[in-house]
Amino acid sequence: MTGPRRAGPSYREASARRRLAAILDEGSFGELLGPTERVTSPHLAALDLPVAFDDGVVVGTGLLGGQPVLGASQEGRFLGGAVGEVHGAKLTGLLRRALAERPAAVLLLLDTGGVRLQEANAGIVAVSEVMRAVLAVRAAGIPVLALVGGAWGCFGGMGIVARCCDGVLMSEEARMGISGPDVIEATRGVEELDASDRAMVWRTWGGKHRVLLGEADRLLEDSLPAFREAARQLVGRARPLTLAALEAEQAWLARRLADLGGSADALDAWRSAGVDEPERLPLLEPPAWSAAVAGARRVRP
Amino acid sequence: MEHLVFELERTPGPAPRRAAVVVGVVASGNLEVLVEAGPFPDRCRAEIQTSATGFGDIWGAVLADFAARHPVAGLSLAVNDGGATPAVVALRLGQAFEEYTGRNP
Amino acid sequence: MSVDELLRQLFPGGHAVRREGDLLVGTGRSPAGEIAVLGLCDGVDVGVELALRLATEVLRVVRDHPGRPILTLVDTRGQRMSKRDEVLGLNGYLGHLAACVELARQAGHKIVALVHGQAASGSFLALGMMADEIHAVDGASLSVMNLPAMSKVTKIPLERLERLSRGSPVLAPGLANYVALGCVRSIWSAPLAAGLEAALARPVEPDRRARRGLERGGRTLAEPVARRVSVTTTHGE
Repeated sequence: MTGPRRAGPSYREASARRRLAAILDEGSFGELLGPTERVTSPHLAALDLPVAFDDGVVVGTGLLGGQPVLGASQEGRFLGGAVGEVHGAKLTGLLRRALAERPAAVLLLLDTGGVRLQEANAGIVAVSEVMRAVLAVRAAGIPVLALVGGAWGCFGGMGIVARCCDGVLMSEEARMGISGPDVIEATRGVEELDASDRAMVWRTWGGKHRVLLGEADRLLEDSLPAFREAARQLVGRARPLTLAALEAEQAWLARRLADLGGSADALDAWRSAGVDEPERLPLLEPPAWSAAVAGARRVRP
Repeated sequence: MEHLVFELERTPGPAPRRAAVVVGVVASGNLEVLVEAGPFPDRCRAEIQTSATGFGDIWGAVLADFAARHPVAGLSLAVNDGGATPAVVALRLGQAFEEYTGRNP
Repeated sequence: MSVDELLRQLFPGGHAVRREGDLLVGTGRSPAGEIAVLGLCDGVDVGVELALRLATEVLRVVRDHPGRPILTLVDTRGQRMSKRDEVLGLNGYLGHLAACVELARQAGHKIVALVHGQAASGSFLALGMMADEIHAVDGASLSVMNLPAMSKVTKIPLERLERLSRGSPVLAPGLANYVALGCVRSIWSAPLAAGLEAALARPVEPDRRARRGLERGGRTLAEPVARRVSVTTTHGE
């Protein structure tokens, strides 16, 4: 795939703190409520689970291309990047800060399975608070950008949050959706979906399909410089939250559903979208892939 | 969960004072180490929260060995541990010290 | 409570809410005037078609009836879990629905949600939980996951989860827990019209769920942590 020719260190393999520092202008990151403050989850000790000093999310201020931005980065390796009370409050607090500071953009580096089950009720309320805060920031005219390139991808309620943002950047190895393969198999049975079918999982939730659908805006190689450059280009490019804009998105989603609604598998969707020989898409490198899907790719209005 | 506190006195010398660093991540078989300036100039305080109970002696041995090899007097180490092996603990402590001392004052 | 009984109690002055499968759509008459009603029933799981249909209705109210209050009636066990819904990008449809509700708020529509059956997961997030005020009828059932399933996923013994749930509102399903967390503002009992009238009369406020959770003792860190991040100066290097 893209490994050997990558133009920089892997985004996927970097820690949450490293990712955010590398996306922002060098040396510009200032952390808010960092690990030395020891603001940890109050709910994990009772379950005999160790806490993390930052509750699995790094938030702070910085510059991107010289413009002031706010950024958050979830650590997917701590409890699957899942959102608990403190983790969610740090995200919501950062978005509230945006309303006062009016940065050029808010960057959300999402790497999460969704609600942290060990804090289930507090987790879902926290995700809801993040969702409302994202939309309030957008309504104030400040763009919010989701970056999805971690090993967990972006699932559950946070998969909805990603699509409440102005735009989504993904690597081809990343995944995004709402119900993940394991959850669907556990709930509906292996007849509905076989979570061990890695090729199917990849083509359903992976970056290529998400970009082809128009759910994500750009397909990036898995490198920190690629994410930085794409984020820099999108700062300041808001999708306005107006009746006209949402009616356009409504019509676009309705059209997509009419065109692709008969698809039981991503391969059917690619074929219905007009891709010749859809079976070859997973094997193509990004440039060849872009050429192959040029006429079929949907672009969110 | 087990909470352990150690004070490491047999160490080669004082550590430089730098901005705090955190290294590693809390996950199964892994740990995070937070290094910052501590309360005692002549020794290193280490505070461990671990999901694996009953390994206090091993923690004491790994930390004593680490303190004997690095000038950590004046530092405070805080660890959140998801059941890492002694080898992983030693590795992370070393990384944390390197990163801490590599920072500009 | 049946849907007919629910609507009769909410709108003693009459209503024109029709039922299309598991969707409720129409208007109700209240002393404050016409109320747009949009709802779900029978615990339906929301897939791409229903999410899009709900968004259509929200946009229609914003376009055709500026300022009209919106009552969402929530009874959903979550998003539809199927391979097809994921292939078609269900998270995008639910995100669009949430954005439409936000648009309605920004355009001056007061939005009240009433949980009258179940409420869980993605569809609750995108519709009911986007409201200015979330209320529930007595007996409503709110959850993320039942404790046996949670025990299986987290590998924490069930009896332990049950014991912890008695002292904390964060783990177990239950309406009282969502009240304690500040998510559900109040529980309505008959006559439901009184609760609705009071909600419609209150001015719109920003999202105060975390503050209510603090006041009620169910979520002690959400509000202070969010506040600290929103106002403190950064610790640069």
